[in-house]
Amino acid sequence: MKDANSTRMKVEAGLQRRRRKERVFQLIGLLATAVGIVFLGVFFFSLIKQGASAFEQTHVRLDVEMSSEALAPDGELDLIYADFDGVIRSALRNLFPDVTGRGDRRELNQLVSIAAGYQVRDMLVEDPDLLGGKATIWVPTSANVDMLVKGKIDPGIDEAMRPVSNQQIRWVDQLETEGRIETRFNTALFTNGDSREPELAGIKGALMGSVYMLLVTVALAFPIGVAAAIYLEEFAPKNRWADLIEVNINNLAAVPSIVFGLLGLAVFINWMGLPRSAPLVGGLVLSLLTLPVIIIASRAAIQAVPPSIRQAAFGLGASRMQVVFHHIMPLALPGMLTGTIIGMSRALGESAPLLMIGMVAFIVDVPGGFTDPATALPVQVFLWADSPERAFAERTSAAIIVLLGFLLLMNLTAVIIRKRMERKW
Amino acid sequence: MTMAAMSELDVNKEPPVSPAPVEEPVDTTRKPDARSPHRPVSGQLTELLDETVGNVHCDDPFMTARDVNVYYGDNHAIRNVNLEIGKKEVIALIGPSGCGKSTFLRCLNRMNDSIDTARVTGDIRLDGMDIYSKELDPVALRARVGMVFQKANPFPKSIYDNVAYGPRIHGLAADRAELDNIVHTSLERAGLLQEVKDRLDEPGTGLSGGQQQRLCIARTIAVNPEVILMDEPCSALDPIATARIEDLMDELSEDYAIVIVTHSMQQAARVSKRVAYFHLGLLVEVDETDRIFTNPQHKLTEDYITGRIG
Repeated sequence: MKDANSTRMKVEAGLQRRRRKERVFQLIGLLATAVGIVFLGVFFFSLIKQGASAFEQTHVRLDVEMSSEALAPDGELDLIYADFDGVIRSALRNLFPDVTGRGDRRELNQLVSIAAGYQVRDMLVEDPDLLGGKATIWVPTSANVDMLVKGKIDPGIDEAMRPVSNQQIRWVDQLETEGRIETRFNTALFTNGDSREPELAGIKGALMGSVYMLLVTVALAFPIGVAAAIYLEEFAPKNRWADLIEVNINNLAAVPSIVFGLLGLAVFINWMGLPRSAPLVGGLVLSLLTLPVIIIASRAAIQAVPPSIRQAAFGLGASRMQVVFHHIMPLALPGMLTGTIIGMSRALGESAPLLMIGMVAFIVDVPGGFTDPATALPVQVFLWADSPERAFAERTSAAIIVLLGFLLLMNLTAVIIRKRMERKW
Repeated sequence: MTMAAMSELDVNKEPPVSPAPVEEPVDTTRKPDARSPHRPVSGQLTELLDETVGNVHCDDPFMTARDVNVYYGDNHAIRNVNLEIGKKEVIALIGPSGCGKSTFLRCLNRMNDSIDTARVTGDIRLDGMDIYSKELDPVALRARVGMVFQKANPFPKSIYDNVAYGPRIHGLAADRAELDNIVHTSLERAGLLQEVKDRLDEPGTGLSGGQQQRLCIARTIAVNPEVILMDEPCSALDPIATARIEDLMDELSEDYAIVIVTHSMQQAARVSKRVAYFHLGLLVEVDETDRIFTNPQHKLTEDYITGRIG
């Protein structure tokens, strides 16, 4: 009885210490989570704060006269030499008749994006009847005016320190009071390729480049990775070679990505003669990069299949192939997909290896295939972040938002597919 | 009162001359106690011999194992086991944990093949055919020698698909109707049809433990094997579910040879016609169940069945 009591006392004496340890540990865990959430919140907040305005573009309303003398002197519209910009210029001049000097006029013309002329051309191509008539159109302003309207350029600072002059500010104010200025959804951001002019620059080129690249990657890395994992787990003899291969695969997963880029440059471009800057080569390099991740995750998923299922199938007389494809694959597939999506996410965000294979170029055209020159989203982010124009700052953030959105979409698809396939046992 | 306790009492009756070394043997499991009045008349064997006592033969042998040795790497798990398994008989393999009874069971349908380090020597024949010959595909063997495992392991598929899996992969049914028929008959023979006939498309993993094990038995007999190996099929089940499976084994023994590994003496006594006692990889004794439980020839067998080891 006395002994039992002393045991109880000892246990109770230690109890408080145990509880305190538990509380401290819980607190640390909570703090760690909170720090993570705060950082994530700050990141998203700053990103959206910076980038949200890039999804809008300031437009100005102009009354253009499609004079046939300027656009089609001999009665037929000349799509190459016709002075579409002139139509815009005269529309502006009509708004500000008192602007006369050559320099002042140039400043006036700088209010409107060079895209305005193309807009007039497109309108006329679509509806040639407009020739000789009048039309009221909304055209994008230049990036500097856009920045000014969005409040990203402070009109209060010294004129020499900002890209818009005092009189340009005055004109914009006048246009605003006349109700000719409006911010609209920035479609150019999603329909255009890269451009030197921020208001014309879009991410479609980079987005398509990334899509083509990831298509190549998933088409190669998933089947090869899963096949390798199944072979190594289910069929390969367990010997020294298998160990060597395993060690190498694990090491490959940790190789810096730029090394894969060098490999791609040496093998795919220099030796195999594949085109530079092509999503095909990018995809090949990224599949090399993601293969180890997929193999490791798939092997873990296969190992996680309960051995009882394997035994049950073998016990009924299923062959190895049947065991693998009827039982192990369906049960391991969710895990394999998880590995694949982790690999693909890494591939999507990778820019270093793409530098080596020339996917860091300034490419205006949206790629239409696997061998067209292209960039990728992270590379586009890098290129824009490097640009001096003020308007590219918000576009950089916008590109990051699109990149994250793409990532989220990809993960979501994988989660949905995985949920559908998941089975309980 | 057990024999060991009695003989120990005998020893204790004699006052020790000195308190220190006890000269009288106390370890009665190793040496015969000449004074014990319970010593069997025939002279019970106590040494662990390479020879199996009792009778390894049976009238109508269907599977025969000769000089079977199994090694797991350097570990000699089974030593020179000889055993015959009759047609339509239930034979129970008993013995303490790690004695090799499950290993031996797994030799009979080559489930040890999947363990890389396992090596089997000797000769095991199924109806005269060497099951370890190079030409024989274990797939064909396992269709004839089915297995039920310790833990019920239904596939994460529907009840129907669980039972239909074997016939499907072996192409036993020509059409859907025939497959339906096989599934129903198998479930009925496993005594499960009444409970599940309205929910054949529900997952087999949703059944209770006992039902799952009967589902596994149904799945095994759907392939129509000639021998069924059972590795402690009731160890995870409650007494009611156990009783059902034991009844089932009784019925199944009319058509199949059943080899069951069990830790329950009562179960071995209830279901089997013959019993084989394994100890440290040796097959110590084989005999008719009645004789094993009433008059074991070997001391180790007796110690085990009376609960002194194991």
